[in-house]
Amino acid sequence: MNNKYTRYVAAPYLIWSVGFIIIPLCLVLYYAFTNADGAFTIDNVADIISYVNIKALLLSIAFSLASTLLCLLIAYPLAVVLSSVISTNSSILSLLFILPMWMNSLLRTYAWQNILERKGVINGFLTALNLPPLYIINKPPAILLGMVYDFLPFMILPVYNSVSRIDKDLINAARDLGAGYRDIFFRVIWPLSLPGVISGITMVFVPSLTTFVISDILGGGKILLIGNVIEQLFTQDSDWNAGAGLSAVLMIFIVISMVITSKYDKEDIR
Amino acid sequence: MKKTLGHIYLTLVLIFLYAPIATLMILSFNSSKSRARFGGFTLAWYQSLFENEEVMNAFRTTIILAFLSAFIATVLGTAACTGMVAMRKRSRNIIMGITNIPMLNADIVTGVSLMLLFIAARATMGFTTVLFAHITFNIPYVILSVMPRYRELNASVYEAALDLGAKPLYAFFKVVLPDLMSAIVSGFVMSFTMSLDDFIITHFTQGPGFDTLSTKIYSEIKKGINPEMYALSTLMFLTILILLFLVNYKPWSKQSVGEIKIRTRKEIVVGSGRRGAV
Repeated sequence: MNNKYTRYVAAPYLIWSVGFIIIPLCLVLYYAFTNADGAFTIDNVADIISYVNIKALLLSIAFSLASTLLCLLIAYPLAVVLSSVISTNSSILSLLFILPMWMNSLLRTYAWQNILERKGVINGFLTALNLPPLYIINKPPAILLGMVYDFLPFMILPVYNSVSRIDKDLINAARDLGAGYRDIFFRVIWPLSLPGVISGITMVFVPSLTTFVISDILGGGKILLIGNVIEQLFTQDSDWNAGAGLSAVLMIFIVISMVITSKYDKEDIR
Repeated sequence: MKKTLGHIYLTLVLIFLYAPIATLMILSFNSSKSRARFGGFTLAWYQSLFENEEVMNAFRTTIILAFLSAFIATVLGTAACTGMVAMRKRSRNIIMGITNIPMLNADIVTGVSLMLLFIAARATMGFTTVLFAHITFNIPYVILSVMPRYRELNASVYEAALDLGAKPLYAFFKVVLPDLMSAIVSGFVMSFTMSLDDFIITHFTQGPGFDTLSTKIYSEIKKGINPEMYALSTLMFLTILILLFLVNYKPWSKQSVGEIKIRTRKEIVVGSGRRGAV
């Protein structure tokens, strides 16, 4: 296939990606560093340190760190269980974790309102068991739960992929050489699963950091994350320069996660 | 013991993942319009669903959009892979780097950047702008699905076809394309799914009077969602469930056991590839 003209078949995509990926991102930067009259300014980006914005950003970072950690804590044991203890056809099992994504994610998130609300499903159970009811709807824990719920599959799949690919002989060899459970985990399983863990972390961290939908639906509109601030600037205030300025700040986090991912992608030679 | 604990844990996670889906399904049979209480079993929402013009319009738009964007993305993406294979490693890496941007970028930034592009181009926001946006975020799924298969391809088969007198184009369609087909199909399915479920990017690139199911749901959330929406999503979910199980359990073909791999965010390829062939 090394006809010298073959590579021109990629030209339409190249033009497309310049027009719809590169130029739009440059436009974000252009709007971020100009004011409404088109003159250069750093005010839009510097606006991140205003009280409302920095509060929203720090809150978002806290939420996304917590949701990433929780996802990892739930997904890792699950990956180990799926790859070692349970011997059913793994593709059916993986399918089970992907299936929920075929129901509209907004609706699924919205359904948590039903489950969590004052007289919802969970409180029904708790009252029946004579336990105190749980009032977390429209509060931070509900948002965190929504994030973990929405993004958990993005952690499960890469972690499961890397854990299940670990050669069982390595674990047996470690055991033969006298390693205990803890040594086997920290010196064999964990290092080998790291590429999957890293890609899971970037897959959960970025969408958690930038969501505005989950906080909208489960936070009762009272809790502003950085995504909510940007969304309002664009759709309600039509202040594109200010919105682009904050988006540019978010791009820094995204670039960091891209650098980390590409570093580990190279090590994960298949 | 270990096995029981494992099963309990697995069940708990599955309950967590499926509880909202079960809730929505139950609500679709709820005769009370309020979602706060269950008023008894009814199929009324399933009947009135088909008479609700607004919901049906949003449904049609969503499906047409998903199909068109996935189809165009599949053609562009497969062509891009074909071209990239003939390139030097350096240029190929640069293009793959660009391809990764929409995958790793936050949806809100992608949406906002495309919105600014359409504003700068003075385009009227509507079906076309949303279609362009969806094609843009769909192409990477196709490329990341087709590219690995290209690497596994045996180049000598193509060369043999040329030696036997086939014209390059003919050899491509007769020899190379059939080998790529399952990867192309899974790229298409992936794109279709992503387009179907997208809200954020559509939200920023849509115009007045345009609605997909996602944007319609979002605008209804504040005032309460019409139960017909639950009925529709239950139907869509069950349709896909049945389709998936039919595709995955073709008893006549051993190779058809679905292989699910994940490489990047949201990239879940449900293909029929060989086991461990990434």
